[in-house]
Amino acid sequence: MAHRLNVLVCSGASCISNNSLKVKEAMLAEIERLGLNKEIKVIETGCMGPCQLGPVILVYPDETLYKKVQVEDVREIVEQHFLKGRPVERLMYKSPLTDELVHKSSEVDYFQKQVKIVLANCGNIDPESIEEYIAVGGYEALGKALTELTPDSVLNEIKISGLRGRGGGGFPTHMKWMFTKNEKSDEKYVICNADEGDPGAFMDRSVIEGDPHTLIEGMTIAGYVVGASKGYVYVRAEYPLAIERLQKAISQAKEMGFLGEKIFQTDFSFDLEVRVGAGAFVCGEETALIHSIEGKRGTPRPRPPYPSASGVWGKPTVLNNVETYANVRHIILHGGAWMAEIGTKTSKGTKVFALSGTIKNTGLAEVPMGTTIRELIYDIGGGAPEGHEIKAVQLGGPSGGCVTPEYFDTPIDYESLTQLGAMMGSGGVIAMDETACMVNTAKFFLDFTCFESCGKCTPCRVGLKQMYGILDKITKGEGEEGDIEALEKLGYTIKATALCGLGQTAPNPVLSTIKYFRHEYEEHIHDKKCRALVCKDLISYEIDADKCKACTLCAQKCPVDAIRGQRGVVHMIEQEKCVSCGSCYDVCPFGAVQRLSGEN
Amino acid sequence: MKRKEILRKYEAKPDNLLYILHDIQDASPYNYVTEEDMEEIADFLKLPYSKVYGTATFYSMISQKPRGKHVIRLCDSPPCHLMGSESILDILKEELGIDVGQTTPEMLFTLEITSCLGVCGVAPAMMIDEEVYGNLTPKKLRKIIKDYREGNV
Amino acid sequence: MKNLEELRKLREKAQKEIQLRSKDARIKVVVGMGTSGIAAGAREVLKAFITEINQKNLTDVMVTQTGEKGMSSMEPIVEIHEEKKPVIIYGDMNPSKVKKVIEEHIINGKVVEDYLISMEEK
Repeated sequence: MAHRLNVLVCSGASCISNNSLKVKEAMLAEIERLGLNKEIKVIETGCMGPCQLGPVILVYPDETLYKKVQVEDVREIVEQHFLKGRPVERLMYKSPLTDELVHKSSEVDYFQKQVKIVLANCGNIDPESIEEYIAVGGYEALGKALTELTPDSVLNEIKISGLRGRGGGGFPTHMKWMFTKNEKSDEKYVICNADEGDPGAFMDRSVIEGDPHTLIEGMTIAGYVVGASKGYVYVRAEYPLAIERLQKAISQAKEMGFLGEKIFQTDFSFDLEVRVGAGAFVCGEETALIHSIEGKRGTPRPRPPYPSASGVWGKPTVLNNVETYANVRHIILHGGAWMAEIGTKTSKGTKVFALSGTIKNTGLAEVPMGTTIRELIYDIGGGAPEGHEIKAVQLGGPSGGCVTPEYFDTPIDYESLTQLGAMMGSGGVIAMDETACMVNTAKFFLDFTCFESCGKCTPCRVGLKQMYGILDKITKGEGEEGDIEALEKLGYTIKATALCGLGQTAPNPVLSTIKYFRHEYEEHIHDKKCRALVCKDLISYEIDADKCKACTLCAQKCPVDAIRGQRGVVHMIEQEKCVSCGSCYDVCPFGAVQRLSGEN
Repeated sequence: MKRKEILRKYEAKPDNLLYILHDIQDASPYNYVTEEDMEEIADFLKLPYSKVYGTATFYSMISQKPRGKHVIRLCDSPPCHLMGSESILDILKEELGIDVGQTTPEMLFTLEITSCLGVCGVAPAMMIDEEVYGNLTPKKLRKIIKDYREGNV
Repeated sequence: MKNLEELRKLREKAQKEIQLRSKDARIKVVVGMGTSGIAAGAREVLKAFITEINQKNLTDVMVTQTGEKGMSSMEPIVEIHEEKKPVIIYGDMNPSKVKKVIEEHIINGKVVEDYLISMEEK
């Protein structure tokens, strides 16, 4: 007998870190206890998208969306909803606009403007079940490509689709494949760059965890087009769950004959292997990645030759991002023209974005190219949390730049974002509100790229360090006239002379924050002021005599004994002793401690 | 010897170097790779010791120093930072009594800062061995450390 | 995997498992599963619908449950929802009546007058 209810428990890494697996265990136990196990199937899926609502549970066919489900809630859900048919309202999603219960997941505002192609199966199927992947049309595209189309005709569909590299470069995918295809060699390779190192990016992780077969299928089709018989997926070591699921999926695919010798009884054979990184951001750069697969230090090299001519072990290699491959089977199933209808003139299809930072709805969102930044941040992201305003969004992580609200009506596509001084990047979107200091943020990104620099070329190794030094000075209140110009000069020089993408784009966060927030830099330098009250050395603490109730709490907490006062006598902070640790501010129950900056 | 068993699983090709390093580190009770390990790997792969050393030291997740049974990796990337990872770090330092890069005297925990874990939707987050913990609050954090200390994980 | 034909057969079989998650059901059978409904035997009616629909391979029919509808004396109650048609409400259902509803109404589009207690315009 088929089941009457499917209970989907999100097990993307975010929900897992929030105990979703324990919730699933509890659910199975309850269902067993009430003798419902033949009627109700519990399925673990990949990321459903709205991470901060996690753990998320979706019940079909009712389409009920439960949010923030804890182990203690499980009994009630099983008894009331599954057994008695009464959905548990207190756990259901409520629309933040109307405050009304949303009875169907498809009506949740978060999903309204999304078009899920790459994420079609994420949150919908069990990623550890190849049968479920097949049920939703999996491996049909591979079968079609191998038995009904030639490599040239598949390539043509990719060309018509207008697919561009989703790793950030935006290079036309069909051209990359064509270059590799045209190389004469007995050995060719297909590589997937799953070294998603951008802070704030988790699109690739979610696809691999939630729908690993889509990646396998896309890469196998790529192998068919270019004439490769071996592929590698290079996954960063910080993604153990993704690695596990992918390896399992590869075994399943091999077992069913979708990988291995003579696939679909044609002459085409293809094998896939997972290669794990070891904590080096630079290995996301294609030539560095190739060196890492070869067992060497992950340092980049000059190009040309490009990997399509000489890649891993000197052989022609196609290297694409996870999301790029995840688009391939849809293009083969529906035709390139179908995808070309979505998006803008130059940027076709959809893009998956990862929303994080000070934004209400953090998580994954897939939208058609051409959607405006405003729609992404407000309609889907829900805007800033109550009482806050979004000051800027960082697009493209440490290689990208910030965009301010006046530009939020810009449609998202490769060219328009580059024009703004930002970048599509891999899709990380970090929202910042008024509590973010843009100088400190730039310093933060630079700290990251400095650390991750492989050290091979001088502009990056030395130049970024110099830039960091200046930024550090500025945030410590030691900035001087000429610092901003020095940062700009260094930045443009490094961009023009660094060996690889890491160095070439590392100055971007600094340059774009200078472009849009020059006033903050000037305030830090000339007025020794940090308006967001982030830079510790620029913050002073004072006690408001009108609010102070002389309770002595602050004086007790002060680690350097800088507060004078006693019961009944208004307290005072001795500025020369104060180290700006903020303990008094944190502990005062009357809000009498004020944080000031730049008021000399 | 465990090291020999691990090496036997691989073909003596240089491109297996990173895999071998990972495996040997995982098998070590102190989560690191020793000089002897690297020498033997160099012999096995017929590579100069300097090459093995150079590769091992390039990757931040391979350690040449003994580490605790549990490696705590706190994410300090911008999204986590924006959501308060600094105060989580302060509490970790306080609870464990060590600084970043150090190991507790009883060799139970090593504290490290890592780059983005990719769970920004539940920032601030950290990884202990292969488990990811998100939406960290001081209370939650203290309980997690306690559970590991009592062996309840 | 030998060829596309074999893949498609496998897909059909696998689709039954995930049927509940597909959004395009031509007909939705809603069984009232409030306490009184269950007391009157709604669970057996629900099971009967599922078994029969499965056996007849009706992939465009979905079975779901709902709470108390209020007409306790007529329980178990089953609603048939179909696009652009009024909602048909059958009362006093039991497993032996399920086959007739499926054959006459769901497959052949003819409302079973004997079991009908109400029609609701949407």
